[in-house]
Amino acid sequence: MCRNVDLRQAVLAKNHALADTLRTELAARGVRVVNLLSSPGSGKTELLTLVLRRVRERGVPVAAITADLATENDARRLAASGAPVKQVLTGGLCHLEAEQVRGHLDGWLPDGTRLLFVENVGNLVCPASYDLGETLRIALMSVTEGEDKPVKYPTAFGSAHLVALTKTDLAQAAGFDAAAFTAHLGQVNPGVEVVRTSARTGQGVDTLVKRVLAVCEGAPPHRPVLDARHHAVHPAVPS
Amino acid sequence: MHELSIALAVVETVEEVAREHGAASVEAVQLRVGQLAGVVPDALRFSLEVAAQGTPLAAAELVIEEVPARALCEGCRTEFAVGTPPRLGCPRCPDAATTVVAGRELEIAAVRLPPAAACPALAASTLGSEGGP
Ligand SMILES: Nc1nc2c(ncn2[C@@H]2O[C@H](COP(=O)(O)OP(=O)(O)OP(=O)(O)O)[C@@H](O)[C@H]2O)c(=O)[nH]1
Ligand SMILES: [Mg+2]
Ligand SMILES: [Zn+2]
Ligand SMILES: [Zn+2]
Repeated sequence: MCRNVDLRQAVLAKNHALADTLRTELAARGVRVVNLLSSPGSGKTELLTLVLRRVRERGVPVAAITADLATENDARRLAASGAPVKQVLTGGLCHLEAEQVRGHLDGWLPDGTRLLFVENVGNLVCPASYDLGETLRIALMSVTEGEDKPVKYPTAFGSAHLVALTKTDLAQAAGFDAAAFTAHLGQVNPGVEVVRTSARTGQGVDTLVKRVLAVCEGAPPHRPVLDARHHAVHPAVPS
Repeated sequence: MHELSIALAVVETVEEVAREHGAASVEAVQLRVGQLAGVVPDALRFSLEVAAQGTPLAAAELVIEEVPARALCEGCRTEFAVGTPPRLGCPRCPDAATTVVAGRELEIAAVRLPPAAACPALAASTLGSEGGP
């Protein structure tokens, strides 16, 4: 007779548990994590550099981790803000996992840090499935990527607490259709706020910083329908 | 590829289950993959074949159940199909909050192991020998 083990266990249960631990540990040290997701080249590094600078000007101790398949270029660019920056080379892995974030914080994250930004690998597919212990998840999309991107990548845009529309300085040249974008985004994440930003003109950077700091100070973030976690508990399937 | 990381996580968990039950091999693995899990079932199947090589899962049958996404409107309390491309808002109440009730699964539903008699560790313990390590 064969033995059936009824498991019903989330495949990413280990990552979820570790992310919870990380969130709790960091909260105890007064640190909140912000996870930035976008496709390659949407402008994460460029925007984050401005945000880090602005947060520092406000006297809030901030640090950043940036993940890439290869090269330390993004860390160099972010470090221009003056914030402590750590480059994670994923060695081919297309997303960050909670374990890597935790490993890189050990002995590096300066005491007193209040805010830790994580620039995920440029990829809208799998980073969306991995909770990194963040309190705030921001999905970015540039005006040149196509207004229907949110429905093509529902897990990433649907799980975001906040959306940053980037490179708005190019909106006109790209013929960006704001109404279509809003409609597509609303399909997967009803009620989410969009901050329109440009790293060239500085548009939206202050608003973004305000939103992030508010959540750090305990304001509840928007509740996306698709929160970052899979709901692992299901009623037993009758057999 | 994303699905390979998922496949490795599946292999790791199923290996643990087999070990806990003293089984040297696994006969079948049943996975449940939701439409909104961000995983392509065919790619996962392929990745699992690769990841299972040389493990107790090498000969395991793989069953992937795909789960269509459904959501519940908190306004009118009706459940609706999310569809493709997904639409998570209620078709009737544009401003009501909704909850996804199915379609986010990425889980190992069940594992089938060979008969206990085929397994020396378990057989030994049921025969009441001196006990394990
Ligand atoms: N016009 C314009 N260009 C921008 C803006 N932000 C970024 N860019 C340009 O877009 C390109 C990609 O920007 P990055 O900041 O490197 O994008 P990223 O998302 O960090 O890219 P990866 O880390 O490779 O995924 C660079 O050439 C930037 O100079 C913007 O607001 N306006
Ligand atoms: Mg970058
Ligand atoms: Zn990945
Ligand atoms: Zn309704």
